Amino acid sequence: MSARRARRKLVRDTLEAYLYLAPALAILLVFHFFPAFYAAWISFFNTNLISRWRWVGLGNYMELLRDRDFMQSVRNTVIYVLGTVPVGMAISLAVAILLNRPLRGRAALRTAYFMPYVTPVVAISIVWTWIYKEDATGLLNAMLAWFGVKEQAWRLDPKWAMFALCLMSVWKSLGYNMVIFLAGLQNIPQEYYEAALIDGARGWSMFSKITWPLLSPTTYFVGIMSVIGSFQVFTQVYVLWPSSLGGPLGTTKVVVRYLYEMGWNSFRFGYAAAIGYALFAIIFVLTLVQRKVVGSRVHYQ
Amino acid sequence: MRVKDRTGKAVIYLLLVLGAVLMLMPFYYMISTSLKGPEDIYVNRLVWIPSRLVWKNYVTAWRSEPYFGRYFVNSAFIATVTTLAQLATSALAAYAFSSFSFWGKETLFMLLLGTMMIPSQVTLVPNYAIIAKLGWIDTYAALIVPFAASVFGIFIMRQFFQTIPLELWDAAQIDGCGRFRYLWSVMVPLSRPVFITSGLFTFIGGWNSFLWPLIVTNTPKLRTIQVGLSQFNQEFGTKPDLLMAASTVAIAPLLVLFFVAQKHLIQGIAHTGLKS
Repeated sequence: MSARRARRKLVRDTLEAYLYLAPALAILLVFHFFPAFYAAWISFFNTNLISRWRWVGLGNYMELLRDRDFMQSVRNTVIYVLGTVPVGMAISLAVAILLNRPLRGRAALRTAYFMPYVTPVVAISIVWTWIYKEDATGLLNAMLAWFGVKEQAWRLDPKWAMFALCLMSVWKSLGYNMVIFLAGLQNIPQEYYEAALIDGARGWSMFSKITWPLLSPTTYFVGIMSVIGSFQVFTQVYVLWPSSLGGPLGTTKVVVRYLYEMGWNSFRFGYAAAIGYALFAIIFVLTLVQRKVVGSRVHYQ
Repeated sequence: MRVKDRTGKAVIYLLLVLGAVLMLMPFYYMISTSLKGPEDIYVNRLVWIPSRLVWKNYVTAWRSEPYFGRYFVNSAFIATVTTLAQLATSALAAYAFSSFSFWGKETLFMLLLGTMMIPSQVTLVPNYAIIAKLGWIDTYAALIVPFAASVFGIFIMRQFFQTIPLELWDAAQIDGCGRFRYLWSVMVPLSRPVFITSGLFTFIGGWNSFLWPLIVTNTPKLRTIQVGLSQFNQEFGTKPDLLMAASTVAIAPLLVLFFVAQKHLIQGIAHTGLKS
Protein backbone atom coordinates (compact mmCIF):
# COMPACT_ATOMS: atom_id res chain seq x y z
CA MET A 1 0.00 0.00 0.00
CA SER A 2 1.46 3.37 -0.96
CA ALA A 3 1.76 6.15 1.60
CA ARG A 4 -0.95 8.11 -0.15
CA ARG A 5 -3.40 5.29 -0.09
CA ALA A 6 -2.65 4.63 3.57
CA ARG A 7 -3.27 8.28 4.30
CA ARG A 8 -6.51 8.28 2.39
CA LYS A 9 -7.63 5.21 4.31
CA LEU A 10 -6.85 6.95 7.60
CA VAL A 11 -8.95 9.93 6.58
CA ARG A 12 -11.82 7.68 5.58
CA ASP A 13 -11.51 5.63 8.74
CA THR A 14 -11.41 8.76 10.87
CA LEU A 15 -14.60 10.05 9.34
CA GLU A 16 -16.30 6.71 9.78
CA ALA A 17 -15.03 6.27 13.34
CA TYR A 18 -16.43 9.61 14.42
CA LEU A 19 -19.74 8.66 12.87
CA TYR A 20 -19.83 5.66 15.20
CA LEU A 21 -18.68 7.79 18.11
CA ALA A 22 -21.11 10.63 17.43
CA PRO A 23 -24.13 9.56 19.51
CA ALA A 24 -22.11 8.77 22.63
CA LEU A 25 -19.84 11.77 22.24
CA ALA A 26 -22.73 14.19 21.77
CA ILE A 27 -24.35 13.09 25.01
CA LEU A 28 -21.12 12.90 26.97
CA LEU A 29 -20.04 16.32 25.75
CA VAL A 30 -23.31 18.00 26.69
CA PHE A 31 -24.02 16.22 29.98
CA HIS A 32 -20.59 15.26 31.32
CA PHE A 33 -17.74 17.16 29.78
CA PHE A 34 -19.18 20.63 29.32
CA PRO A 35 -20.97 20.68 32.74
CA ALA A 36 -17.67 20.02 34.52
CA PHE A 37 -16.50 23.43 33.30
CA TYR A 38 -19.88 25.07 33.38
CA ALA A 39 -20.07 24.16 37.09
CA ALA A 40 -16.92 26.20 37.71
CA TRP A 41 -18.43 29.13 35.83
CA ILE A 42 -21.69 28.98 37.79
CA SER A 43 -19.77 28.78 41.04
CA PHE A 44 -18.45 32.30 40.40
CA PHE A 45 -21.96 33.75 40.55
CA ASN A 46 -24.63 34.47 43.07
CA THR A 47 -27.43 32.98 41.02
CA ASN A 48 -30.83 31.33 41.11
CA LEU A 49 -30.23 30.28 37.47
CA ILE A 50 -33.17 32.40 36.30
CA SER A 51 -33.21 36.10 37.01
CA ARG A 52 -30.31 36.66 39.37
CA TRP A 53 -26.77 36.35 37.97
CA ARG A 54 -24.39 38.42 40.10
CA TRP A 55 -20.67 37.88 39.62
CA VAL A 56 -18.96 37.21 42.94
CA GLY A 57 -15.66 35.77 41.75
CA LEU A 58 -14.28 33.48 44.42
CA GLY A 59 -16.83 34.81 46.88
CA ASN A 60 -18.71 31.53 47.16
CA TYR A 61 -15.55 29.64 48.01
CA MET A 62 -14.60 32.25 50.59
CA GLU A 63 -18.02 31.91 52.13
CA LEU A 64 -17.68 28.12 52.22
CA LEU A 65 -14.61 28.41 54.42
CA ARG A 66 -16.57 30.50 56.90
CA ASP A 67 -19.81 28.53 56.63
CA ARG A 68 -20.24 26.54 59.84
CA ASP A 69 -22.99 24.37 58.37
CA PHE A 70 -20.79 23.44 55.45
CA MET A 71 -17.86 22.68 57.71
CA GLN A 72 -20.11 20.55 59.86
CA SER A 73 -21.29 18.68 56.77
CA VAL A 74 -17.67 18.01 55.77
CA ARG A 75 -16.87 16.81 59.26
CA ASN A 76 -19.94 14.56 59.30
CA THR A 77 -19.08 13.13 55.91
CA VAL A 78 -15.54 12.37 57.03
CA ILE A 79 -16.90 10.65 60.14
CA TYR A 80 -19.27 8.71 57.91
CA VAL A 81 -16.42 7.61 55.64
CA LEU A 82 -14.32 6.57 58.62
CA GLY A 83 -17.30 4.82 60.16
CA THR A 84 -18.23 2.82 57.08
CA VAL A 85 -15.18 2.11 54.95
CA PRO A 86 -12.76 0.31 57.35
CA VAL A 87 -15.49 -1.62 59.15
CA GLY A 88 -17.30 -2.45 55.92
CA MET A 89 -14.10 -3.64 54.27
CA ALA A 90 -13.07 -5.75 57.27
CA ILE A 91 -16.44 -7.48 57.49
CA SER A 92 -16.74 -8.09 53.77
CA LEU A 93 -13.20 -9.46 53.64
CA ALA A 94 -13.91 -11.75 56.59
CA VAL A 95 -17.09 -13.04 54.97
CA ALA A 96 -15.29 -13.51 51.65
CA ILE A 97 -12.51 -15.52 53.31
CA LEU A 98 -15.00 -17.71 55.15
CA LEU A 99 -17.03 -18.20 51.98
CA ASN A 100 -13.99 -18.94 49.84
CA ARG A 101 -14.04 -22.69 50.38
CA PRO A 102 -16.21 -25.57 49.31
CA LEU A 103 -19.26 -25.36 51.56
CA ARG A 104 -22.70 -26.76 51.18
CA GLY A 105 -25.15 -23.96 50.45
CA ARG A 106 -22.36 -21.56 49.52
CA ALA A 107 -24.35 -19.97 46.68
CA ALA A 108 -27.35 -19.41 48.92
CA LEU A 109 -25.18 -17.76 51.56
CA ARG A 110 -23.57 -15.54 48.98
CA THR A 111 -27.01 -14.53 47.73
CA ALA A 112 -28.06 -13.56 51.25
CA TYR A 113 -25.05 -11.28 51.69
CA PHE A 114 -25.37 -9.80 48.25
CA MET A 115 -29.10 -9.08 48.21
CA PRO A 116 -29.08 -5.70 50.00
CA TYR A 117 -26.79 -4.32 47.34
CA VAL A 118 -29.39 -4.51 44.56
CA THR A 119 -32.29 -3.11 46.57
CA PRO A 120 -33.25 0.54 46.06
CA VAL A 121 -31.87 2.86 48.72
CA VAL A 122 -35.15 4.74 49.16
CA ALA A 123 -37.22 1.64 49.89
CA ILE A 124 -34.62 0.13 52.15
CA SER A 125 -34.11 3.39 54.05
CA ILE A 126 -37.82 3.44 54.81
CA VAL A 127 -37.48 -0.08 56.19
CA TRP A 128 -34.51 0.95 58.34
CA THR A 129 -36.42 3.96 59.63
CA TRP A 130 -38.68 1.45 61.36
CA ILE A 131 -35.89 -0.91 62.32
CA TYR A 132 -34.48 2.03 64.26
CA LYS A 133 -37.79 2.84 65.97
CA GLU A 134 -37.13 4.21 69.44
CA ASP A 135 -39.48 1.88 71.35
CA ALA A 136 -39.68 -1.88 71.76
CA THR A 137 -41.39 -2.30 68.39
CA GLY A 138 -38.17 -1.39 66.59
CA LEU A 139 -36.34 -4.42 65.23
CA LEU A 140 -32.93 -3.32 66.50
CA ASN A 141 -34.24 -2.64 70.00
CA ALA A 142 -36.15 -5.93 70.01
CA MET A 143 -33.02 -7.87 69.05
CA LEU A 144 -30.73 -6.05 71.44
CA ALA A 145 -33.22 -6.63 74.23
CA TRP A 146 -32.21 -10.32 74.12
CA PHE A 147 -28.82 -9.19 75.36
CA GLY A 148 -30.28 -6.84 77.91
CA VAL A 149 -29.46 -3.67 76.00
CA LYS A 150 -31.74 -0.79 76.83
CA GLU A 151 -33.96 0.76 74.16
CA GLN A 152 -32.36 3.58 72.23
CA ALA A 153 -33.71 6.15 69.81
CA TRP A 154 -31.21 5.11 67.15
CA ARG A 155 -32.44 7.52 64.54
CA LEU A 156 -33.52 10.44 66.68
CA ASP A 157 -30.83 10.56 69.34
CA PRO A 158 -27.90 12.74 68.22
CA LYS A 159 -25.64 10.30 70.00
CA TRP A 160 -26.74 7.43 67.74
CA ALA A 161 -27.87 9.00 64.46
CA MET A 162 -24.49 8.74 62.74
CA PHE A 163 -24.10 5.18 63.96
CA ALA A 164 -27.51 4.36 62.51
CA LEU A 165 -26.51 5.83 59.15
CA CYS A 166 -23.23 3.92 59.10
CA LEU A 167 -24.77 0.62 60.15
CA MET A 168 -27.33 0.72 57.38
CA SER A 169 -24.74 1.69 54.77
CA VAL A 170 -22.36 -1.09 55.81
CA TRP A 171 -25.22 -3.56 55.54
CA LYS A 172 -26.12 -2.25 52.11
CA SER A 173 -22.69 -2.35 50.47
CA LEU A 174 -21.18 -5.36 52.21
CA GLY A 175 -22.21 -7.80 49.49
CA TYR A 176 -20.68 -5.79 46.69
CA ASN A 177 -17.28 -5.61 48.36
CA MET A 178 -17.54 -9.27 49.34
CA VAL A 179 -17.98 -10.28 45.69
CA ILE A 180 -14.89 -8.30 44.66
CA PHE A 181 -12.88 -9.79 47.51
CA LEU A 182 -14.04 -13.28 46.56
CA ALA A 183 -12.84 -12.72 43.01
CA GLY A 184 -9.52 -11.43 44.35
CA LEU A 185 -9.12 -14.43 46.62
CA GLN A 186 -9.76 -16.79 43.75
CA ASN A 187 -6.95 -15.12 41.84
CA ILE A 188 -4.36 -16.17 44.43
CA PRO A 189 -2.66 -19.32 43.15
CA GLN A 190 -3.45 -22.33 45.32
CA GLU A 191 0.19 -23.49 45.18
CA TYR A 192 1.24 -20.73 47.57
CA TYR A 193 -1.05 -22.09 50.23
CA GLU A 194 0.09 -25.63 49.64
CA ALA A 195 3.73 -24.61 49.91
CA ALA A 196 3.06 -22.65 53.07
CA LEU A 197 1.16 -25.56 54.55
CA ILE A 198 4.21 -27.79 54.04
CA ASP A 199 6.33 -25.14 55.77
CA GLY A 200 4.00 -25.39 58.71
CA ALA A 201 2.08 -22.14 58.29
CA ARG A 202 -1.43 -22.07 59.74
CA GLY A 203 -4.37 -19.72 60.20
CA TRP A 204 -3.14 -16.26 60.97
CA SER A 205 0.36 -16.52 59.51
CA MET A 206 -1.17 -17.95 56.36
CA PHE A 207 -3.39 -14.90 56.14
CA SER A 208 -0.75 -12.30 56.97
CA LYS A 209 2.01 -13.80 54.83
CA ILE A 210 0.06 -14.88 51.76
CA THR A 211 -3.56 -13.74 51.56
CA TRP A 212 -3.11 -10.17 52.74
CA PRO A 213 -0.12 -9.19 50.53
CA LEU A 214 -1.40 -11.00 47.45
CA LEU A 215 -4.86 -9.55 47.90
CA SER A 216 -3.54 -6.00 48.27
CA PRO A 217 -4.45 -4.83 44.72
CA THR A 218 -8.06 -5.85 45.40
CA THR A 219 -8.07 -4.28 48.86
CA TYR A 220 -6.65 -1.10 47.41
CA PHE A 221 -9.30 -0.99 44.70
CA VAL A 222 -12.14 -1.66 47.13
CA GLY A 223 -10.73 0.98 49.48
CA ILE A 224 -10.55 3.72 46.87
CA MET A 225 -13.98 2.94 45.43
CA SER A 226 -15.56 2.82 48.89
CA VAL A 227 -14.07 6.15 49.93
CA ILE A 228 -15.21 7.83 46.72
CA GLY A 229 -18.69 6.32 47.01
CA SER A 230 -19.06 7.15 50.70
CA PHE A 231 -18.23 10.81 50.17
CA GLN A 232 -21.22 11.02 47.83
CA VAL A 233 -23.78 9.67 50.30
CA PHE A 234 -27.16 11.38 50.00
CA THR A 235 -30.26 9.26 49.58
CA GLN A 236 -30.06 7.42 52.92
CA VAL A 237 -29.80 10.72 54.77
CA TYR A 238 -32.62 12.27 52.79
CA VAL A 239 -35.00 9.39 53.48
CA LEU A 240 -34.02 8.51 57.04
CA TRP A 241 -34.39 12.13 58.17
CA PRO A 242 -36.98 13.59 55.80
CA SER A 243 -38.02 16.56 57.87
CA SER A 244 -34.65 18.03 58.65
CA LEU A 245 -31.38 18.84 56.99
CA GLY A 246 -30.05 15.56 58.25
CA GLY A 247 -30.31 14.04 61.64
CA PRO A 248 -30.99 15.48 65.06
CA LEU A 249 -28.90 18.63 65.58
CA GLY A 250 -27.47 18.16 62.11
CA THR A 251 -25.46 15.13 63.21
CA THR A 252 -25.93 13.40 59.88
CA LYS A 253 -25.99 16.41 57.63
CA VAL A 254 -23.59 15.37 54.86
CA VAL A 255 -22.04 17.39 52.04
CA VAL A 256 -24.36 16.33 49.22
CA ARG A 257 -27.42 16.83 51.43
CA TYR A 258 -26.20 20.36 52.09
CA LEU A 259 -25.54 20.91 48.39
CA TYR A 260 -29.09 19.87 47.60
CA GLU A 261 -30.40 22.15 50.33
CA MET A 262 -28.48 25.18 49.07
CA GLY A 263 -29.51 24.57 45.46
CA TRP A 264 -33.05 23.32 45.43
CA ASN A 265 -34.39 24.79 48.64
CA SER A 266 -32.50 28.04 48.99
CA PHE A 267 -32.03 28.60 45.24
CA ARG A 268 -28.38 29.50 45.72
CA PHE A 269 -27.11 27.54 42.77
CA GLY A 270 -23.76 29.29 42.55
CA TYR A 271 -23.08 28.31 46.12
CA ALA A 272 -24.29 24.75 45.47
CA ALA A 273 -21.96 24.50 42.48
CA ALA A 274 -19.08 25.63 44.68
CA ILE A 275 -19.97 22.90 47.19
CA GLY A 276 -19.87 20.38 44.36
CA TYR A 277 -16.40 21.53 43.40
CA ALA A 278 -15.23 21.48 46.99
CA LEU A 279 -16.44 17.88 47.26
CA PHE A 280 -14.60 17.02 44.07
CA ALA A 281 -11.44 18.62 45.42
CA ILE A 282 -11.67 16.66 48.66
CA ILE A 283 -12.22 13.35 46.85
CA PHE A 284 -9.44 14.12 44.38
CA VAL A 285 -6.87 14.98 47.04
CA LEU A 286 -7.80 11.94 49.12
CA THR A 287 -7.47 9.65 46.13
CA LEU A 288 -4.03 11.06 45.43
CA VAL A 289 -3.03 10.61 49.06
CA GLN A 290 -4.32 7.05 49.04
CA ARG A 291 -2.31 6.44 45.91
CA LYS A 292 0.87 7.82 47.45
CA VAL A 293 0.54 6.29 50.88
CA VAL A 294 -1.25 3.02 50.27
CA GLY A 295 -0.51 2.52 46.59
CA SER A 296 3.23 2.13 47.18
CA ARG A 297 2.57 -0.79 49.49
CA VAL A 298 0.35 -2.61 47.05
CA HIS A 299 1.94 -5.86 45.99
CA TYR A 300 1.30 -6.74 42.35
CA GLN A 301 2.04 -10.30 41.38
CA MET B 1 -6.73 -33.03 64.08
CA ARG B 2 -9.79 -34.43 62.37
CA VAL B 3 -12.06 -33.37 65.19
CA LYS B 4 -10.47 -29.94 65.28
CA ASP B 5 -11.04 -29.58 61.55
CA ARG B 6 -14.63 -30.53 61.88
CA THR B 7 -15.38 -28.18 64.76
CA GLY B 8 -13.56 -25.45 62.86
CA LYS B 9 -15.82 -26.02 59.91
CA ALA B 10 -18.89 -26.00 62.12
CA VAL B 11 -17.87 -22.68 63.67
CA ILE B 12 -17.34 -21.14 60.23
CA TYR B 13 -20.68 -22.45 59.13
CA LEU B 14 -22.41 -21.10 62.18
CA LEU B 15 -20.82 -17.66 61.73
CA LEU B 16 -21.79 -17.49 58.06
CA VAL B 17 -25.36 -18.59 58.66
CA LEU B 18 -25.74 -16.17 61.56
CA GLY B 19 -24.42 -13.36 59.39
CA ALA B 20 -26.74 -14.32 56.55
CA VAL B 21 -29.72 -14.29 58.91
CA LEU B 22 -28.76 -10.80 60.08
CA MET B 23 -28.40 -9.65 56.48
CA LEU B 24 -31.85 -10.97 55.60
CA MET B 25 -33.52 -9.67 58.75
CA PRO B 26 -34.52 -6.29 57.30
CA PHE B 27 -36.25 -8.08 54.42
CA TYR B 28 -38.10 -10.32 56.81
CA TYR B 29 -39.08 -7.32 58.90
CA MET B 30 -40.31 -5.49 55.80
CA ILE B 31 -42.41 -8.34 54.44
CA SER B 32 -43.82 -9.45 57.81
CA THR B 33 -44.77 -5.89 58.75
CA SER B 34 -46.39 -5.35 55.38
CA LEU B 35 -48.77 -8.20 56.23
CA LYS B 36 -49.61 -7.22 59.80
CA GLY B 37 -52.98 -6.07 61.02
CA PRO B 38 -53.28 -3.10 63.39
CA GLU B 39 -53.44 -5.42 66.40
CA ASP B 40 -49.90 -6.58 65.62
CA ILE B 41 -48.54 -3.12 64.93
CA TYR B 42 -49.94 -0.84 67.57
CA VAL B 43 -48.70 -2.81 70.54
CA ASN B 44 -45.80 -2.11 72.85
CA ARG B 45 -43.51 -4.85 71.54
CA LEU B 46 -42.36 -6.24 68.23
CA VAL B 47 -44.59 -8.99 66.87
CA TRP B 48 -42.28 -11.39 65.05
CA ILE B 49 -44.92 -13.47 63.31
CA PRO B 50 -48.14 -11.74 62.23
CA SER B 51 -51.16 -13.33 63.94
CA ARG B 52 -52.98 -13.13 60.61
CA LEU B 53 -51.86 -12.16 57.14
CA VAL B 54 -53.48 -8.95 55.98
CA TRP B 55 -52.94 -8.92 52.22
CA LYS B 56 -55.31 -6.00 52.03
CA ASN B 57 -52.47 -3.70 53.14
CA TYR B 58 -51.10 -3.90 49.64
CA VAL B 59 -54.40 -2.81 48.14
CA THR B 60 -54.72 0.01 50.66
CA ALA B 61 -51.19 1.22 50.04
CA TRP B 62 -51.71 1.07 46.30
CA ARG B 63 -55.00 2.99 46.54
CA SER B 64 -53.80 5.63 48.98
CA GLU B 65 -51.41 6.93 46.39
CA PRO B 66 -53.38 7.34 43.17
CA TYR B 67 -50.24 7.64 41.06
CA PHE B 68 -48.43 4.50 42.22
CA GLY B 69 -49.19 2.67 39.01
CA ARG B 70 -47.92 5.59 37.06
CA TYR B 71 -44.67 5.75 39.10
CA PHE B 72 -44.13 2.11 38.40
CA VAL B 73 -44.66 2.43 34.68
CA ASN B 74 -42.46 5.54 34.61
CA SER B 75 -39.57 3.76 36.32
CA ALA B 76 -39.89 0.70 34.13
CA PHE B 77 -40.07 2.82 31.00
CA ILE B 78 -37.17 5.10 31.94
CA ALA B 79 -34.92 2.26 33.07
CA THR B 80 -35.66 0.22 29.94
CA VAL B 81 -35.17 3.00 27.42
CA THR B 82 -32.03 4.25 29.18
CA THR B 83 -30.59 0.76 29.16
CA LEU B 84 -31.27 0.15 25.48
CA ALA B 85 -29.98 3.57 24.47
CA GLN B 86 -26.85 3.24 26.57
CA LEU B 87 -26.09 -0.20 25.16
CA ALA B 88 -26.50 1.12 21.64
CA THR B 89 -24.32 4.23 22.02
CA SER B 90 -21.71 2.26 23.97
CA ALA B 91 -21.52 -0.51 21.38
CA LEU B 92 -21.12 1.97 18.54
CA ALA B 93 -18.42 3.96 20.33
CA ALA B 94 -16.63 0.87 21.62
CA TYR B 95 -16.61 -0.49 18.08
CA ALA B 96 -14.88 2.66 16.84
CA PHE B 97 -12.28 2.41 19.60
CA SER B 98 -11.60 -1.28 19.14
CA SER B 99 -11.71 -1.68 15.37
CA PHE B 100 -10.68 1.62 13.76
CA SER B 101 -7.44 3.50 13.72
CA PHE B 102 -8.29 7.16 13.53
CA TRP B 103 -6.94 10.58 14.38
CA GLY B 104 -7.19 11.52 18.00
CA LYS B 105 -8.05 8.01 19.18
CA GLU B 106 -5.70 7.82 22.17
CA THR B 107 -6.32 11.41 23.24
CA LEU B 108 -10.06 11.00 23.06
CA PHE B 109 -9.97 7.79 25.02
CA MET B 110 -7.85 9.30 27.78
CA LEU B 111 -10.16 12.30 27.87
CA LEU B 112 -13.17 10.06 28.31
CA LEU B 113 -11.51 8.11 31.09
CA GLY B 114 -10.68 11.44 32.71
CA THR B 115 -14.33 12.45 32.87
CA MET B 116 -15.01 9.28 34.87
CA MET B 117 -13.10 10.88 37.73
CA ILE B 118 -15.66 13.66 38.09
CA PRO B 119 -18.31 12.84 40.69
CA SER B 120 -21.86 13.32 39.44
CA GLN B 121 -22.54 15.85 42.20
CA VAL B 122 -20.20 18.31 40.51
CA THR B 123 -22.30 18.31 37.37
CA LEU B 124 -25.62 18.32 39.21
CA VAL B 125 -26.17 22.08 39.15
CA PRO B 126 -24.94 22.71 35.58
CA ASN B 127 -26.90 19.73 34.26
CA TYR B 128 -29.99 21.05 35.95
CA ALA B 129 -29.35 24.44 34.34
CA ILE B 130 -28.92 22.79 30.93
CA ILE B 131 -32.10 20.75 31.32
CA ALA B 132 -33.99 23.88 32.36
CA LYS B 133 -32.62 25.79 29.37
CA LEU B 134 -33.68 23.02 27.04
CA GLY B 135 -37.16 23.22 28.55
CA TRP B 136 -36.89 19.60 29.62
CA ILE B 137 -37.97 19.94 33.25
CA ASP B 138 -40.82 17.47 33.77
CA THR B 139 -40.13 15.45 30.64
CA TYR B 140 -38.99 11.90 30.05
CA ALA B 141 -36.09 13.31 28.04
CA ALA B 142 -34.61 14.84 31.19
CA LEU B 143 -34.70 11.46 32.88
CA ILE B 144 -33.32 9.48 29.96
CA VAL B 145 -31.07 11.46 27.62
CA PRO B 146 -28.27 12.41 30.07
CA PHE B 147 -27.81 8.70 30.85
CA ALA B 148 -28.08 7.45 27.28
CA ALA B 149 -24.29 7.24 27.10
CA SER B 150 -21.73 6.20 29.66
CA VAL B 151 -17.96 6.20 29.65
CA PHE B 152 -17.90 3.11 31.80
CA GLY B 153 -20.25 1.33 29.39
CA ILE B 154 -17.98 2.19 26.46
CA PHE B 155 -14.95 1.13 28.45
CA ILE B 156 -16.10 -2.36 29.40
CA MET B 157 -17.52 -2.99 25.95
CA ARG B 158 -14.27 -1.98 24.33
CA GLN B 159 -12.45 -4.38 26.66
CA PHE B 160 -14.64 -7.17 25.39
CA PHE B 161 -14.55 -6.22 21.71
CA GLN B 162 -10.77 -6.29 21.82
CA THR B 163 -10.81 -9.97 22.68
CA ILE B 164 -12.61 -10.85 19.44
CA PRO B 165 -9.96 -12.01 16.94
CA LEU B 166 -9.30 -9.69 13.99
CA GLU B 167 -9.23 -12.68 11.64
CA LEU B 168 -13.00 -12.76 11.89
CA TRP B 169 -13.17 -9.29 10.40
CA ASP B 170 -10.76 -10.26 7.62
CA ALA B 171 -12.89 -13.27 6.79
CA ALA B 172 -16.09 -11.22 6.88
CA GLN B 173 -14.55 -8.65 4.55
CA ILE B 174 -13.78 -11.32 1.99
CA ASP B 175 -17.45 -12.29 2.14
CA GLY B 176 -18.30 -8.69 1.35
CA CYS B 177 -19.55 -7.80 4.81
CA GLY B 178 -19.64 -4.09 5.63
CA ARG B 179 -18.52 -2.59 8.90
CA PHE B 180 -21.90 -1.92 10.39
CA ARG B 181 -23.18 -5.35 9.43
CA TYR B 182 -20.11 -6.88 11.00
CA LEU B 183 -20.81 -5.05 14.24
CA TRP B 184 -24.45 -6.01 14.23
CA SER B 185 -24.27 -9.63 13.13
CA VAL B 186 -20.87 -10.74 14.47
CA MET B 187 -19.61 -8.52 17.29
CA VAL B 188 -22.91 -8.01 19.10
CA PRO B 189 -23.94 -11.69 19.23
CA LEU B 190 -20.42 -12.67 20.30
CA SER B 191 -20.49 -10.09 23.08
CA ARG B 192 -23.76 -11.18 24.62
CA PRO B 193 -22.36 -11.59 28.14
CA VAL B 194 -21.09 -8.04 28.31
CA PHE B 195 -24.37 -6.70 26.94
CA ILE B 196 -26.30 -8.58 29.59
CA THR B 197 -24.06 -7.48 32.46
CA SER B 198 -23.79 -3.88 31.38
CA GLY B 199 -27.50 -3.74 30.64
CA LEU B 200 -28.39 -5.17 34.04
CA PHE B 201 -26.33 -2.59 35.87
CA THR B 202 -27.77 0.26 33.85
CA PHE B 203 -31.29 -0.99 34.48
CA ILE B 204 -30.72 -1.36 38.22
CA GLY B 205 -29.11 2.08 38.31
CA GLY B 206 -32.07 3.57 36.46
CA TRP B 207 -34.65 1.89 38.66
CA ASN B 208 -32.86 2.92 41.85
CA SER B 209 -31.82 6.45 40.91
CA PHE B 210 -33.18 9.12 43.15
CA LEU B 211 -31.43 12.49 43.34
CA TRP B 212 -31.64 13.32 39.64
CA PRO B 213 -35.35 12.44 39.18
CA LEU B 214 -36.06 14.29 42.42
CA ILE B 215 -34.53 17.42 40.93
CA VAL B 216 -35.88 17.42 37.40
CA THR B 217 -39.47 16.37 38.03
CA ASN B 218 -42.22 18.23 39.83
CA THR B 219 -45.46 16.71 38.62
CA PRO B 220 -46.59 13.33 39.96
CA LYS B 221 -47.12 12.23 36.38
CA LEU B 222 -43.40 12.04 35.78
CA ARG B 223 -42.24 10.84 39.15
CA THR B 224 -40.28 7.63 39.36
CA ILE B 225 -41.09 4.94 41.87
CA GLN B 226 -38.23 6.01 44.16
CA VAL B 227 -39.26 9.64 44.27
CA GLY B 228 -42.89 8.63 44.67
CA LEU B 229 -41.98 6.30 47.50
CA SER B 230 -40.03 9.00 49.29
CA GLN B 231 -43.06 11.29 48.94
CA PHE B 232 -45.30 8.53 50.26
CA ASN B 233 -42.96 8.11 53.22
CA GLN B 234 -43.37 11.77 54.12
CA GLU B 235 -47.16 11.60 53.87
CA PHE B 236 -47.75 8.22 55.51
CA GLY B 237 -44.78 8.26 57.86
CA THR B 238 -46.83 6.85 60.72
CA LYS B 239 -48.22 3.79 58.95
CA PRO B 240 -45.60 1.05 58.91
CA ASP B 241 -47.90 -1.54 57.33
CA LEU B 242 -48.58 0.63 54.28
CA LEU B 243 -45.00 1.85 54.04
CA MET B 244 -43.63 -1.67 54.16
CA ALA B 245 -46.15 -2.83 51.56
CA ALA B 246 -45.14 0.00 49.26
CA SER B 247 -41.44 -0.68 49.84
CA THR B 248 -41.92 -4.36 49.12
CA VAL B 249 -43.60 -3.51 45.84
CA ALA B 250 -40.79 -1.13 44.90
CA ILE B 251 -38.13 -3.71 45.71
CA ALA B 252 -39.87 -6.75 44.23
CA PRO B 253 -39.03 -6.23 40.53
CA LEU B 254 -35.37 -5.85 41.36
CA LEU B 255 -35.30 -8.91 43.56
CA VAL B 256 -36.92 -10.95 40.79
CA LEU B 257 -34.38 -9.60 38.33
CA PHE B 258 -31.64 -10.35 40.81
CA PHE B 259 -32.65 -13.97 41.27
CA VAL B 260 -32.94 -14.51 37.53
CA ALA B 261 -29.66 -12.84 36.63
CA GLN B 262 -27.59 -13.24 39.78
CA LYS B 263 -24.79 -15.07 38.01
CA HIS B 264 -24.27 -12.28 35.47
CA LEU B 265 -24.35 -9.58 38.12
CA ILE B 266 -21.81 -11.24 40.36
CA GLN B 267 -19.51 -12.13 37.50
CA GLY B 268 -19.82 -8.60 36.19
CA ILE B 269 -18.75 -7.09 39.49
CA ALA B 270 -15.94 -9.57 39.98
CA HIS B 271 -14.71 -8.88 36.49
CA THR B 272 -14.87 -5.10 36.28
CA GLY B 273 -13.86 -4.79 39.91
CA LEU B 274 -10.59 -6.47 39.20
CA LYS B 275 -9.93 -5.04 35.79
CA SER B 276 -10.13 -1.36 36.56
